[in-house]
Amino acid sequence: MDALLLQVLNGLDKGGAYALIALGLTLVFGTLGVVNFAHGALFMLGAFCTVTLQKILGTSVRVRDESVTFFEAYKEVPYLVLWFGDAGKAVLQWVVPLSILLAIPVMMLIGLVMERGLIRHFYKRPHAEQILVTFGLAIVLQEIIKAMFGANPIPQVVPPIFSGSAEIGEWLGLGPGVSYPWWRLIYLAFSLSVVGAVFAFLQRTTYGMTVRAGMADRETVGLLGIDIENRFTLVFGLAAVVAGLAGVMYTPVLPPDYHMGMDFLVLSFVVVVVGGMGSLGGAVAAGFLLGIVQSFASMTFIKEILPGIDQIIIYLIAVGILLARPRGLMGRKGVMET
Amino acid sequence: MTLDSPRREALVMAVFAVVILTMPLWMAPFGASYPDLLQKFAIYGIFAIGFNILFGLTGYLSFGHAAFLGVGSYAAMWSFKALSANVLPAVLGGVLISGLFAALIGYVCLRRSGIYFSILTLALAQMSYNMAYSVLTPITNGETGLKLTQTDARVFDQLAGVVPEAGLPSTSLFGLEMTGYPGFYFCAVALIGAFFVALRIFNSPFGLKLRAIKSNQTRLLYTGFNPKPHLWVAFILSGMYAGLAGALLVVTDPLAGAERMQWTASGEVVLMTILGGAGTLVGPLLGAGLIKYFENIFSSFNAQTLHDAFSFLPDFLENTLVFLISPFVGHGWHLTLGVLFMLVVIFLPGGLMEGIRRLTRLVKARRDRNSDPEGAAVVPPSSVEG
Repeated sequence: MDALLLQVLNGLDKGGAYALIALGLTLVFGTLGVVNFAHGALFMLGAFCTVTLQKILGTSVRVRDESVTFFEAYKEVPYLVLWFGDAGKAVLQWVVPLSILLAIPVMMLIGLVMERGLIRHFYKRPHAEQILVTFGLAIVLQEIIKAMFGANPIPQVVPPIFSGSAEIGEWLGLGPGVSYPWWRLIYLAFSLSVVGAVFAFLQRTTYGMTVRAGMADRETVGLLGIDIENRFTLVFGLAAVVAGLAGVMYTPVLPPDYHMGMDFLVLSFVVVVVGGMGSLGGAVAAGFLLGIVQSFASMTFIKEILPGIDQIIIYLIAVGILLARPRGLMGRKGVMET
Repeated sequence: MTLDSPRREALVMAVFAVVILTMPLWMAPFGASYPDLLQKFAIYGIFAIGFNILFGLTGYLSFGHAAFLGVGSYAAMWSFKALSANVLPAVLGGVLISGLFAALIGYVCLRRSGIYFSILTLALAQMSYNMAYSVLTPITNGETGLKLTQTDARVFDQLAGVVPEAGLPSTSLFGLEMTGYPGFYFCAVALIGAFFVALRIFNSPFGLKLRAIKSNQTRLLYTGFNPKPHLWVAFILSGMYAGLAGALLVVTDPLAGAERMQWTASGEVVLMTILGGAGTLVGPLLGAGLIKYFENIFSSFNAQTLHDAFSFLPDFLENTLVFLISPFVGHGWHLTLGVLFMLVVIFLPGGLMEGIRRLTRLVKARRDRNSDPEGAAVVPPSSVEG
């Protein structure tokens, strides 16, 4: 029972990342009809917003180390600590949540530029060319990051009050022993609230309603005198922000490196396909579901029966779903059915 | 679409064979005339030609072809280890096993088309890669990769009474070691054979059917053709080409690792084909050659060589130029590749062959106008623009 609970939780936080990326992919696909192979790169760029902020805030200066009295010793002290003392230290420890504030405008800007500058010109071109050009863009983005930050993963810190583990077992009355890292719980809550916010935006606001109408019938919405293209551009920006935020918050779990985007992209595509191309709910549900399935498959006793199953279970499910139910779990009729 | 006459085909093949076999001569001025690189040209040329049979003719974009390359490598490696150090069974085995593997994968993936097909091939290839890394370690030796050792069984060689020499065993064709120029010529002969088969496919009714699948599958269905078996055969053929390329990689350098199967490797063959021109016969070969050539040249550069190259300029200009260029060379070669690829897809979706065609048409139109002023009016403006 304890083990099961832990596996579910393990799956949920990884599934949270899948769900957020897949949500953005589906949004872009549903609105613009573009298959975006560069979406994983957006996730990676979000993670590197955190790294950038950490580098900026952590700019340090060499000062004399007063604690060493026998000889002249120097140490690196960040300016923030030098100027503000403990408050500066606290800011440095809170860099991951703080970088959300940086990531939102930056990712929105990147998304808008990407849509206006590149994707817009590919609406009418074949899907193969869309895949190819966004694939090229993904390579370019990831190589730029590699040139700027190097090829090694850059670990990030968790704010001190979230380090350590939560005693989940005691909350649920299972007795002590079942504990789970706080940050992963935060990540789960965060991804759920971002998903909730996106759905609220689409379902409850007039703007979102227009976007949904445009997804269903773009031409009619255009005939009603609404500039749907503009709104779709904003939706692309929104998808970029969602992917970026997923990346920002994931940095303490997985130290960001330049190819993390590609790694997540392949899985996110599988998630989208399993959930059903064009279905937002399907993408989110499949994201969490596959996360959980993957974490169950990596349990020791299952691996003893079927060695290596944790590596391939997701792909097997995707193949099975595509063959048995090509539309995916919740796919809409007529989306990409050829 | 007219089919070439057998005579023209023979001519094309003769020219092609001469061009490939004299490569060590005419590549010398480009500084690329050493066996390792020439082998790469031939091997990746085969890979790209095979990929083009699927993507160029039918329009089905596979993102998992590196898996077949990897399977071909592993099969050839096992033939070296278990059967014989001779390359012929290794190449045959690589082609056959990867053909079988492609038959299996193709059967599953071809149930769908469009992006679903791309994602399915991507997923299955990634699955094979993960398996090669983890579960199949007894066969693939996981992260370390397969190597030849002195103690390998090599049943046939033992039967023939070949005494293994000291040191690491090497691959050979009846005693001729497959490194350096002999290795290149072996690959070149394979390439010429592969090109001939591709040429025959392009000019056959089968090739026409594949093109018909690309242009309008529904119409083909209504005329009474079932496109699925043809697609399957095309998929298997291109898998076999990839297997041949994988086996040759092992022949020239007996080492097989799983990273060869990663999806970035599948992306690379897509790049080669698109860069050269999908759907044309020579294009993929051109693309493969260019990418391997520039990879070799660019990745050998570093900041120092750049400083040397621009040393004739004033200092501040030299430094700015080096600063601007250095991210694109050396380890940043992939950045150049990505930018180049985007430019080609955006501006020249037909690849370099399309560019050449446009240029010749432009030149021809201009010449016609100059030589025959009245005839200029006949040339419609659209054909001038290309």
